[in-house]
Amino acid sequence: MSDLLKLSLSEVTTKLKAREVSSVELATEALSAAKAAQPALNAFTAFDVDKTLAMAAASDAKLAAGEGGALEGAPLAIKDLFAVEGVSTTASSNILKGFEPTYESTVTKSLWNAGGVFLAKTSMDEFAMGSSNETANTGPVVNPWKGTTDGNLTPGGSSGGSASALAADLCFGSTGTDTGGSIRQPASFTGTVGVKGTYGRTSRWGVVAFASSLDHPGPFGKTVKDSAMLLQAMSGHDPKDSTSLPNAVPDFVAAVGKSVKGLRIGVPKEYRLDEMPEEIAKVWDQGVQWLKAAGCEIVDISLPHTKYALPAYYIVAPAEASSNLARYDGMRFGVRQDGEDLTSVYENTRAAGFGEEVQRRIMIGTYVLSAGYYDAYYLRAQKVRTRILQDFDNAYQKCDAILTPSAPSSAFGIGTKSDDPIEMYLNDVFTVTANLAGVPAMSVPAGLDSSGLPLGLQIITKALDEETMFSVGAAIEDAAGFNAKPEKWW
Amino acid sequence: MSVTADDVRRIARLARIAEPTDRIDTLVGELNGILDWIEMLNEVDVEGVEPMTTPVKFELPQRKDVVNDGDVRDKVLANAPKSDEGFFVVPKSVE
Repeated sequence: MSDLLKLSLSEVTTKLKAREVSSVELATEALSAAKAAQPALNAFTAFDVDKTLAMAAASDAKLAAGEGGALEGAPLAIKDLFAVEGVSTTASSNILKGFEPTYESTVTKSLWNAGGVFLAKTSMDEFAMGSSNETANTGPVVNPWKGTTDGNLTPGGSSGGSASALAADLCFGSTGTDTGGSIRQPASFTGTVGVKGTYGRTSRWGVVAFASSLDHPGPFGKTVKDSAMLLQAMSGHDPKDSTSLPNAVPDFVAAVGKSVKGLRIGVPKEYRLDEMPEEIAKVWDQGVQWLKAAGCEIVDISLPHTKYALPAYYIVAPAEASSNLARYDGMRFGVRQDGEDLTSVYENTRAAGFGEEVQRRIMIGTYVLSAGYYDAYYLRAQKVRTRILQDFDNAYQKCDAILTPSAPSSAFGIGTKSDDPIEMYLNDVFTVTANLAGVPAMSVPAGLDSSGLPLGLQIITKALDEETMFSVGAAIEDAAGFNAKPEKWW
Repeated sequence: MSVTADDVRRIARLARIAEPTDRIDTLVGELNGILDWIEMLNEVDVEGVEPMTTPVKFELPQRKDVVNDGDVRDKVLANAPKSDEGFFVVPKSVE
């Protein structure tokens, strides 16, 4: 592998525009690096070499004519939840094996319009349900980071393949979806930047639905600026998604590098968990010091309903999933199993097509929505969400952005947390509040722990204020000077 | 509230998932674990609180009542497990 693939998205697009490198050259190198890494990392679910090279050639033609968008010619990896026309799109589930959309998701279409080149589809937890990429039907994805640990580590989840592919320098950016932390937790585990904007900033059209009121498509970037370039391209109003925000999209890239002097940074006391590893507390304190040194004012804040966020999430998300996943009945698309009558065809199709975690969540969702329980569970959880949003609104009277750890640990070993669902769910303890409240949040790499594994810090801002998030993220990035890369073993 | 093996069978039936015979006991344990955990929400005072819809309030958009899609029969059928003569082929559902 040449050093070309190690460049950031902003560096490589500059080189592409200067015609120092061609998109076909980059795409060819990225494809060969990705395929060589596949047996070890298992990050990808599908390639389409002809499509990749055709898109790269089209980008080269535009660049030769002095045209092209902000991402022109850069190969990007796409989470297997986004419909890419003519390319296998399975949500890492057996029930969608062989599904090839005849349409393109709005977000990927926007990326291609900005000049992005399709590189590959990436593996994920089945239907985005998981925090370790172990529920994928094609097996766990491996984190390129090993640090000083033995054995393979998870890249986190659910967008594990996208995080792993980017951390291993196999692409210049990737897409994920974040329903409870599925971009920010893998970003933290892989030393990458992961972002979700305000709910509705990016369209959900053409993205396989998990929990509609919580799903946020977003990017992974190697740097804060890269992630801003990607979110910029992915954002905008889409008439095909009724929850898509009509608001104009600000210049996210311009916010990167803007002074944070005078900004008030909130530090929520409820995030200081009793059982929090010392190293997480340390990197958090370090982040506070960095921002103080950059001229920010540090404010103690309280988000009193934090501890109710995960339980509320585990009502709302399964309830919406059970409804969204009702469409997989083996009739119009997907894999059908035989049965004695129509009902048994449905039942056999869904029992064989969905993995255990997906079945578990559908069943919880079915239960909490079943006759007599709607008010006690779903409605109450939606009211608790309002309380959580009120917590944020109150906090933002005192501060402009909130700083927390991204995840309660660094990357853990594959298979070490798969026995107890609740233990796995606790991975999202710091991230899930921003999904429930719909506010922007990102994870920025802040340092390595004593095992040599990356740790991220999370920045949360007000709805529609991604700009402050990017400015604070860039300040953390500057101060951290994080430039560690996993040692290549794959 | 706790669920029994019969409840799990009923939920599976409602969810149209074939009865997971060999995993019923495991599921009873897991579902009860999760349901016990979410009982915590009963501590929250939600009196007079509206359920959350969106963090940014805006008018639900309406589009013009016009045909803006269609004439794509073959695309619609492209991923069907079974199709014939421009139709989905499904198991018999009416006796």
